[in-house]
Amino acid sequence: MSDSRQSSTTLAIQASLKKRYARERRFQWYGRLAVLTGFIFLFILLADIIVKGSPAFTQHYIELDIDFSAEMLGVGENPSAEEIASADFLAVVKDSLREQFPDVTGRSEKKALYRLISIRAEYTLRDMVLADPGLIGTHKNVWLLAHAEAGSYLKGQVDVTAPEAERRVKDAQVAWLDTLRAEGRTESRFNSTFFLSGDSREPELAGIKAALYGSFFTLMVTFCLAFPIGVMAAIYLEEFAPRNRLTDLIEININNLAAVPSIVFGLLGLAVFINFFELPRSAPLVGGIVLSLMTLPTIIITSRAAIQAVSPSIHEAAMGVGASKLQTVFHHVLPVAMPGILTGSIIGMAQALGETAPLLMIGMVAFIMDVPGGVTDPSTVLPVQIYLWADSPERGFTEKTSAAIMVLMGFLILMNALAVYLRKRFELK
Amino acid sequence: MQTTTVFLILTALCVVSFITGRKRSQIVAMQQGGLSTLHSLPNHYGYMAAVWAALPALLVLILWTGFEGSVLHKLVVAQLPPAVQALPAEELGLYYNQVQGFARGAIDSVQLDEAQVKAAAFYRETASTFSQVKAALVFIVAVLGALLALRRITPVLRARNHVEKIFEWVLFGCSFLAVLTTLGIVLSVLFEAIRFFNVIPLTDFLFGLQWSPQMAIRANQVAASGSFGFVPLLVGTLLISAVALLIAVPVGLMSAIYLSEYASRRFRAVTKPVLEILAGVPTVVYGFFAALTVAPFIRGLGESMGLDVASESAMAAGLVMGIMIIPFVMSLSDDIINAVPVSLREASLGMGATMNETIRRVVLPAALPGIVGGVLLAASRAIGETMIVVMAAGLSAKLTINPLEAVTTITVQIVTLLVGDQEFDNPKTLAAFALGLVLFFVTLLLNVVALYVVRKYREQYE
Repeated sequence: MSDSRQSSTTLAIQASLKKRYARERRFQWYGRLAVLTGFIFLFILLADIIVKGSPAFTQHYIELDIDFSAEMLGVGENPSAEEIASADFLAVVKDSLREQFPDVTGRSEKKALYRLISIRAEYTLRDMVLADPGLIGTHKNVWLLAHAEAGSYLKGQVDVTAPEAERRVKDAQVAWLDTLRAEGRTESRFNSTFFLSGDSREPELAGIKAALYGSFFTLMVTFCLAFPIGVMAAIYLEEFAPRNRLTDLIEININNLAAVPSIVFGLLGLAVFINFFELPRSAPLVGGIVLSLMTLPTIIITSRAAIQAVSPSIHEAAMGVGASKLQTVFHHVLPVAMPGILTGSIIGMAQALGETAPLLMIGMVAFIMDVPGGVTDPSTVLPVQIYLWADSPERGFTEKTSAAIMVLMGFLILMNALAVYLRKRFELK
Repeated sequence: MQTTTVFLILTALCVVSFITGRKRSQIVAMQQGGLSTLHSLPNHYGYMAAVWAALPALLVLILWTGFEGSVLHKLVVAQLPPAVQALPAEELGLYYNQVQGFARGAIDSVQLDEAQVKAAAFYRETASTFSQVKAALVFIVAVLGALLALRRITPVLRARNHVEKIFEWVLFGCSFLAVLTTLGIVLSVLFEAIRFFNVIPLTDFLFGLQWSPQMAIRANQVAASGSFGFVPLLVGTLLISAVALLIAVPVGLMSAIYLSEYASRRFRAVTKPVLEILAGVPTVVYGFFAALTVAPFIRGLGESMGLDVASESAMAAGLVMGIMIIPFVMSLSDDIINAVPVSLREASLGMGATMNETIRRVVLPAALPGIVGGVLLAASRAIGETMIVVMAAGLSAKLTINPLEAVTTITVQIVTLLVGDQEFDNPKTLAAFALGLVLFFVTLLLNVVALYVVRKYREQYE
């Protein structure tokens, strides 16, 4: 009887085994699928940014035959520097475009023709003549920066089969650009403007230099405040703090601050530093202070972990030879914990570099063309610049936004790689 | 004089005090019969002098810099003609900003009237007097502090203990900053919120179904009277967060289960850091991705299926936010699953259960409280997230739970209300602080509950 019961159980188990194993395999596939989903998301995100952004690193130039005659510029025979500076270089550019395409007559057609060249052209020519006044009265072939729209056609981003009304580059412009290209008068070059100038209303002239400087100043303030304060707070909590209510209160506060939405720190900055203390708006100083308050919890928590990880023997040895508590910490514990502390601080700084929301609150969203010279000058930072450009409808700015994101991500990867390197070296010990 | 210059001088004074302090302790000791009569090392006497030079002077410097702006403001405004002083607060603020801008050389004199130019001259004069007085004050305080410390140097002075005591207080001050920050957040948000609730009743805010913060700035202006019903914002926020969690929780949890239970060590070592890149991507990048790539894609997809999708749908923002919190959910669940004792797993496997039966019937139920805590933390992240929704979600406050429509969130409204002109006597600006207050307390509540749940769970198995 016991035999038959056992065999019936065995049979039942064996009958269900196939189903159970199938379910097991299915479950594993769900897991793989989940991991794969994460990978796909990451891949799409990065690919999207790179595909959109990489064209921004080149720019097209158009070669024009420029007539630097004194008459055309409206200056005398031997003009002074001021005369040159106020000369009409725009007319020269327009004239050479008309020379290039003599059959363009209508007013609106001419306007479209002038739109092939960036508005920077006249300043380029002015600087050329200022550097070498001997150019006046000569003819010279000059490479001039193309307008953003013409540039986007030359980069092959314009779909010419679309109806003309729906695109910014018109059929006439397409024809002119094709002629120029056939004559070898167009050229793609590395876009140094992007790294060497500030923001601009014209996509082809907009750059990230001002934002990079702003980010640098802001991060400097953040680091100078958050690093020493964070490390000292961690030392206090790990080595000196008595077990009492006050210490508990501090610890609870640190843990909570780590999870407070970043925008709330922006509100704090606005109400306290700008409205109450009347510190300058839009300045890296205030931005840095706000970001340092935001990154403090990260630095404190990681520094505490690093200090905790220091072997107690070091502690005891130092105390044993008569060092005071402070000497023990500063001479022996801290140097050993430093790589770990630095790792945490770099990760905190990377967070601060990518942060946008609190900076919007304290007015770092202004249109900044000039490179800030110090921590109290109005400035913007790289993520905010990305936000501002992302809001612009022009195609040229979409490209710029993605390129700026690539630069930002490049910095973040660099910082994280440094943190990983430090951690690896630390682990070896 | 610039604050940086003052700072540099202060640093130099500290160095000088340190050297003098050390020297003096050596001289004093020599008079008493050799260095061994000193209680502490000569360096400690130097530190003591330096600390006494630096700390009080730094305090003065910080306080002065903090209050300089507002005192200057009051003085300059007091100088203005009475007609100007009688202006409403926001116009006076604008007027003052022009004066300030001109005085600092930021704007041309063309836009200003005579009184402003005069006020700007006064501003410049006062500011320069202020900075001279500041420098002098800091200098005097530093020198006095150093002299006081130097006078006290005798061989019996316990300089090391003295310095260490001070330093311990400095360390305490640094960690107490966390409490001050929280206090600062609560107070700054609370004060403005109370001013808001003086104008708009609390019940209207909490239970109103309409959000349109367009207020007439001047009395005679034609504009909507503005209604501040918070419900549509809350629903919008919860809708987007719900979409995000629906993406992040299954993907994050399953990844964590696969990586901790099935994957080989090498696969795990490669996969985990790669997925954690998602956590390091700045939110503004996600916002750009959501607005320019995901939203048009979802709209196109919806249209091809015959659905009407808004161009700023809650779906797009939620989906991208979900991607952002995947690594967050993953690492939290990973920690929690790893905390389940191996003995439980082994018992189940020993009874003949398959791995998946073990996970679903034993490991997950045991880990459930922890996972719930983790999901709550993720929810608090999603609710407080700003950039993605600012760039990809809408502005109009529609009361709907359809994820294909455009909704707005608390954080979007805070940003919209505060970017641009701010008038701190207009409910429109103050409303942002009321929303900030709500946001702070909602996330605080979620965090406290989540941390409590997670800790209770951990203790259970320790």
